[in-house]
Amino acid sequence: MTAALQVEKLNRNFGALPVTRDVDLTLERGARRALIGPNGAGKTTLVNLITGVLKPHSGRVLLSGDDITASSQAERARRGLARTFQINQLFRGLTVLENLCMTVGERDGHCNNLWRAAGSKRDVIDEAIGYLDSLRLTDDALKLVRELPYGRQRLVEIAIALAQKPRVLLLDEPAAGVPSSESHLILDVVAALDPDIAVLIIEHDMDVVFRFAKEITVLVQGAVFTQGTPAEIMNNEQVRAVYLGQEGHRGGHHG
Amino acid sequence: MAASETIGATARERATDYLAKRHRFRLAEALPWLIAIAVFFIFPTRMTFGSQVLVMVMFALSLDLILGYAGIVTLGHAAFFGVGAYTVGLAAARLDWTEPISGLFAAAIAAGLVGFVTGWFLLRYRGLTLLMLTLATAILLQETGNLRSDISGGYDGLPGLTFKPLLGVFDYDLYGHTYYLYVLAVLAVVFYLVRRIVYSPFGQALTGIRENVRRMHAIGSPVHRRLVTVYTIAAAIAGVAGALFTQTNAYVTLTVFDFDNSAKVMVMLILGGTGRLYGAFVGAAVYMVLEDYFSKLSPTFWQFGIGLMLILAVLFAPRGILGVFERFGTYLAERKRS
Repeated sequence: MTAALQVEKLNRNFGALPVTRDVDLTLERGARRALIGPNGAGKTTLVNLITGVLKPHSGRVLLSGDDITASSQAERARRGLARTFQINQLFRGLTVLENLCMTVGERDGHCNNLWRAAGSKRDVIDEAIGYLDSLRLTDDALKLVRELPYGRQRLVEIAIALAQKPRVLLLDEPAAGVPSSESHLILDVVAALDPDIAVLIIEHDMDVVFRFAKEITVLVQGAVFTQGTPAEIMNNEQVRAVYLGQEGHRGGHHG
Repeated sequence: MAASETIGATARERATDYLAKRHRFRLAEALPWLIAIAVFFIFPTRMTFGSQVLVMVMFALSLDLILGYAGIVTLGHAAFFGVGAYTVGLAAARLDWTEPISGLFAAAIAAGLVGFVTGWFLLRYRGLTLLMLTLATAILLQETGNLRSDISGGYDGLPGLTFKPLLGVFDYDLYGHTYYLYVLAVLAVVFYLVRRIVYSPFGQALTGIRENVRRMHAIGSPVHRRLVTVYTIAAAIAGVAGALFTQTNAYVTLTVFDFDNSAKVMVMLILGGTGRLYGAFVGAAVYMVLEDYFSKLSPTFWQFGIGLMLILAVLFAPRGILGVFERFGTYLAERKRS
């Protein structure tokens, strides 16, 4: 079976600094993989390379077996590759509902229409509200995104990714910046994602990683250090040394 | 449980309702048109000035489409106004093509074409780079006209243009009554088009690009295509405004391409309020009436009054005159609720 997402020998430098080195990564359909690694390991850069924000200097990215290395970011998104951002990227001056309608509209090509009123397609609105319902955001549907507390904005970020109906979903620290009293809601959502979607999650909180992931990839200085099941990673002495050992003095949430 | 379900359902219905009805015409929207018609009867001797105001409303409206909705910052919008103005000017002076309405279509096509080509190259850039490139476009067009002043008439312009009677029937009168109604009718058609676009899914996508272009890329929006499309439409509308300008004034010079013209239309739009459709009406009307008033008050120092007005507007109405009304409206609504 072709993997949902396959990354082959990906390389990228920022000037003289190699930030991604010969990275191989495979997400099977329905995968639940966590990407962990110390700050500056190149986790977000890898997400940017996979989604097309950055171009690799060598290597390939395959989506369901198709080479998308040369495709634009938008083209990859239309083929079913969705992501959330470490720092919210939302339409802050629009309502929550509009954020979702826009996503559905762009996904289905409605936004090519210059003449029909946006509100006249009830199924688009109903679908958008469906995503809000599933994340308990319906009561905030008519609020501007910028009026919401950060934790709820984080949910909008996830709702948008879900509305893209992705086959592969990359979550870049979904609970970052959210008070722990609210983060469980986000993690519940992540745990309840459609089992068909292949998910790669970047996360610093090891409790979340071990609860959510079936496989873990450890990235150190831009290269894959090791991969394995949560149990294998937990018992790997070297991983403990380079990464888990930092648990005691884990500082910020910077990728 | 039942109670919370009802609340959930109403929130859902309210949300659906809001989007489903947002594009409907509201009663207040008749106001600017009623005023425009009233002006026709109240100020019969000021119709030429009235036509100029309406032309600037259309010009500002075209800028609102790209600046207010899509967030494209440009200082060269006069380029398209100028192309439209010269299309009908040259057609009349050099080709003896003086039928006014077909002239408008020709102007729209010519300006739209220039918008499409320049937009295709320029809209990969944003911010200051785009600002400079749009400015340069207008200057290049102006200088091209200057280079071939044998055709364009240079800064002396193409004076004394005459146009055929409207629809072959209505001739132009001394006070410009016909022109005023003609420009108003064209404005109404253009406004209807713009309004449809703004409330369409495409218009929604434009606001998305304005609000967060990174997110638009991430959800798969063909951003460049969207921007080029709206830029072309806005250029065509600016071209129609320019064509009407030439037709109402019966002459045109290269000053239509001036940086002044680009800056003025932007000031009008910001004064009225961007991204609001009617901001163009309020801004252009207020600016031009005040300019007219100040220049009669003091023919040498009238720009002082304009400058003062702009400072006051930026300080006390950063979201434009319509923004002030909006804030007042929400204030009243909140007082009523509590």
